[in-house]
Amino acid sequence: MDHIDIVLPLYIAESRELLEEMERLLLNLDQDDTPADSLNAIFRAAHTIKGSAGIFALHDIVQFTHSVESLLDKLREGEIALSQDLTSLLLECRDHIGLLIDRLETKADLPAAAIEHGQQLQLQLQAAEQPATQGLIATPAKDQATRTEKVERDAGVLVQSDNWHISVRFHPDSLRNGMDPLAILRYLASLGTIVNITPLFDALPPANRMDPETCYLGFEINFNSRADKSAIEGVFEFVREDSLVQILPPSSHIDDYLDMIHRLPEEDLQLGEILVQCGSLTRNELDRALNIQSDLKDQSIEQPLGRIVVEHQLTAQPVVESAIEKQAQVRESKSKEMQSVRVDADKLDELINLVGELMIAGAGSTLCAQAHGDGAMIESMSVLTRLVEQVRDAALKMRMVQIGATFNRFQRVVRDVSRELGKEIDLVITGADTELDKTVVEKIGDPLMHLVRNSMDHGIEPADKRLANGKPAKGTLRLNAYHDSGTIVIEVSDDGAGLNHERILAKAIEKGLVPAGATLTIEDIYQLIFEPGFSTAATVTKLSGRGVGMDVVKRNITALRGSVDVQSTFGEGATFRIRLPLTLAIIDGFLVEVEQSSFVVPLDMVLECVELTAPPQNGNSEQSYLDLRGEVLPFIRLRQLFSMGGQPPRRENIVVVNYLGCKVGLAVDKLAGEFQTVIKPLGSIFSHVKGISGSTVLGNGEVALILDVPGLVHKVMASTHADKSARTEATRSLVDARQT
Amino acid sequence: MSLPVKPSGTGHRQSHSPVSGSTESADEQQYLTFTLRGEMFAIDILHIKEILEYGQLTPVPMMPAFIRGVTNLRGAVVPVVDLAARFGGTPCEVAKRTCIVIIEVNTEEGLQDIGVVVDAVSAVIEIAADDIEPAPAFGAKIRADFIQGMGKINGSFVIILQVDKVLSVDELAMVSQAGA
Repeated sequence: MDHIDIVLPLYIAESRELLEEMERLLLNLDQDDTPADSLNAIFRAAHTIKGSAGIFALHDIVQFTHSVESLLDKLREGEIALSQDLTSLLLECRDHIGLLIDRLETKADLPAAAIEHGQQLQLQLQAAEQPATQGLIATPAKDQATRTEKVERDAGVLVQSDNWHISVRFHPDSLRNGMDPLAILRYLASLGTIVNITPLFDALPPANRMDPETCYLGFEINFNSRADKSAIEGVFEFVREDSLVQILPPSSHIDDYLDMIHRLPEEDLQLGEILVQCGSLTRNELDRALNIQSDLKDQSIEQPLGRIVVEHQLTAQPVVESAIEKQAQVRESKSKEMQSVRVDADKLDELINLVGELMIAGAGSTLCAQAHGDGAMIESMSVLTRLVEQVRDAALKMRMVQIGATFNRFQRVVRDVSRELGKEIDLVITGADTELDKTVVEKIGDPLMHLVRNSMDHGIEPADKRLANGKPAKGTLRLNAYHDSGTIVIEVSDDGAGLNHERILAKAIEKGLVPAGATLTIEDIYQLIFEPGFSTAATVTKLSGRGVGMDVVKRNITALRGSVDVQSTFGEGATFRIRLPLTLAIIDGFLVEVEQSSFVVPLDMVLECVELTAPPQNGNSEQSYLDLRGEVLPFIRLRQLFSMGGQPPRRENIVVVNYLGCKVGLAVDKLAGEFQTVIKPLGSIFSHVKGISGSTVLGNGEVALILDVPGLVHKVMASTHADKSARTEATRSLVDARQT
Repeated sequence: MSLPVKPSGTGHRQSHSPVSGSTESADEQQYLTFTLRGEMFAIDILHIKEILEYGQLTPVPMMPAFIRGVTNLRGAVVPVVDLAARFGGTPCEVAKRTCIVIIEVNTEEGLQDIGVVVDAVSAVIEIAADDIEPAPAFGAKIRADFIQGMGKINGSFVIILQVDKVLSVDELAMVSQAGA
């Protein structure tokens, strides 16, 4: 039992991955050019889940997945046609399997409702399997139909054999897991007669590299028995999980053999050998083919064995094709396995910290080398520094993940919810390759889910209403992400009805969130929807309208030190814009200096740099303006704004930045050029500082602060309009007083 | 340049028992003493990560005087607090023996490193629990809740600081917000 406890989590993790893959494939099925491949992959996933569940004696999973599998099999064979409803059914089934697997982890009993749901799904599956739908056979089955047809024509006869054919490839760890192939074969022999057994040791390395604990064996067994398939399968019960076991009943169809070729793991196994094992070729035929190949080799024209076999019409084309295809697939799957490695996030953090230290130590050594004036030393240090920088960049990129995976999850959500709501909604994803820190990605899922559902439920109108308003019947929901001055912006926008600010205000007054008669700006009104207990939906639907959600969205985003705002045009749609810090990211920065201190302006905000030549219009005050090629350019003096004291140098510089589409200048002492910077969050002590969004460590080990341009401009504007807003505040409190 | 107090930053958590010596009793605790405007203070050594020479401090604008700025501690940006200013006096004058003591503070989000500017670091001493008196109600020149106790060394008292209070991140953030 202990053994099971150790392996079970692996099974759960593996199954979840397979389910995710299944979902992705199912969602793409509609647009897929080659649905056959996807169906095969889906089938394989279901099959693996079922097979492994058998080992753990998880009968409910086996039973349910089996139903799914048989439907998939029929789909794969083209016996029934793919349809939207079927895809949805399969998606639901996928969810149910997910539920069953989740329950393994919690060890809780399945709620009665879920069991009932599972039974219903099974009934639906059975109904769907009925070939009643055959009349509707559609496109996806086409290429498969032709393929099967071809195979049948070429190999219309059944394989002339009264015996079972069993093909086993033991997993390398079989011996270590306590599975003795010999014992299994002995057990097999107790069920019938082993007519012929061909051991395969192609995997066996030279003796000096052989590991005696590793199992390199495979067997092709010709087996005569009157036992039924499940009994024979039972023999291999304990190795079926990781070893490859294929059992073909007597008088199998030739394409079953074809299938088996597809699944065999050997890459190096001679093609002809496979064909002989499968009974497609006799030994004589193979020998002839081999002779021809060696003849050709003498003439230094090497031809693949496969082609020779076909050229000499020894075997049917599809048989060879599938064998070749299989070899290609083996290589492909091998390269895929190498593509990703799971690493503990803490280990990555540690690596990044170490690289940071390495950078600074390197900078110190460079300074030292320069002080000594040793040319060779300086040169070798510069090579080292460059390498260390590359290591740093690579290490940082490891923590960054693309937001695409998060976005893609919404394909499913949009599909399900739009069906539920009876609306037609397209999801358009852009900026999926925008990278952000893994921790942020993990936490953004829930708020995004709320926003997406909200847009679909409240934003996008029903089709008839849309048509009446002159919009296409199909609504569009957009998810977009991009980097903007050291923050990531995620947009959820719809082309629906937009926000009705009058209704929001009326509702807010009704709910007592705002005193009656208050005058608020449009932006302020929009922010009201993020208040707890606010919902304008007239009816409460399953999805939203209960007044929870938007305030949770706001809270979650604020917890990530981000912000959310709304832009909307009534009747045309709404855009929710989430702005999040990257916490740990590389941005291109522009380094400026004021009075010995270095500051970084995010480079994508910088438009140009000009020299401040003309005498300032109004002395040395915090803000001023100048003439930029005929335009009035307001600018802020960082020295005065940050009360840094000291005298400005004779030549001051202005960095012109873009702020909400307007140009704003920042007066600084010196421009120090562009450089790539790693954002380091400033501790929570500085979380209230406006105008500074983070910090970075310069090459010499000094800390430079990253300017938050929108924050700076806001701060200056706020102080300018201080008296004005003070008046508004007074009015508001007056209104409050009257209310109470 | 830097003087490590312990072999590793977090390793001390396992070695809560006496660190060195053979005659120590379990209720004897080690403290780092330092001077600030001529007065002697002590901090439990378990809070102290390392001691750095004063230098390379980046001031953060729009912060109250007791936040001197931030410094780079091997790649991590660490805020530096001027203790003298935190206690309500004038900020430290930087002199030859001025040091930054890096202290680990417990916060809701886990341990955070905060640097503290002191005039001079004196020594690591052992004070038995019996030799620690409760804080006086007044007369100590600093807020009573900043004091963990008064340690007796050679007949005179040192103020043992309540680090989590003195360097409470929430409080520092609140004060700096008011100051900003």
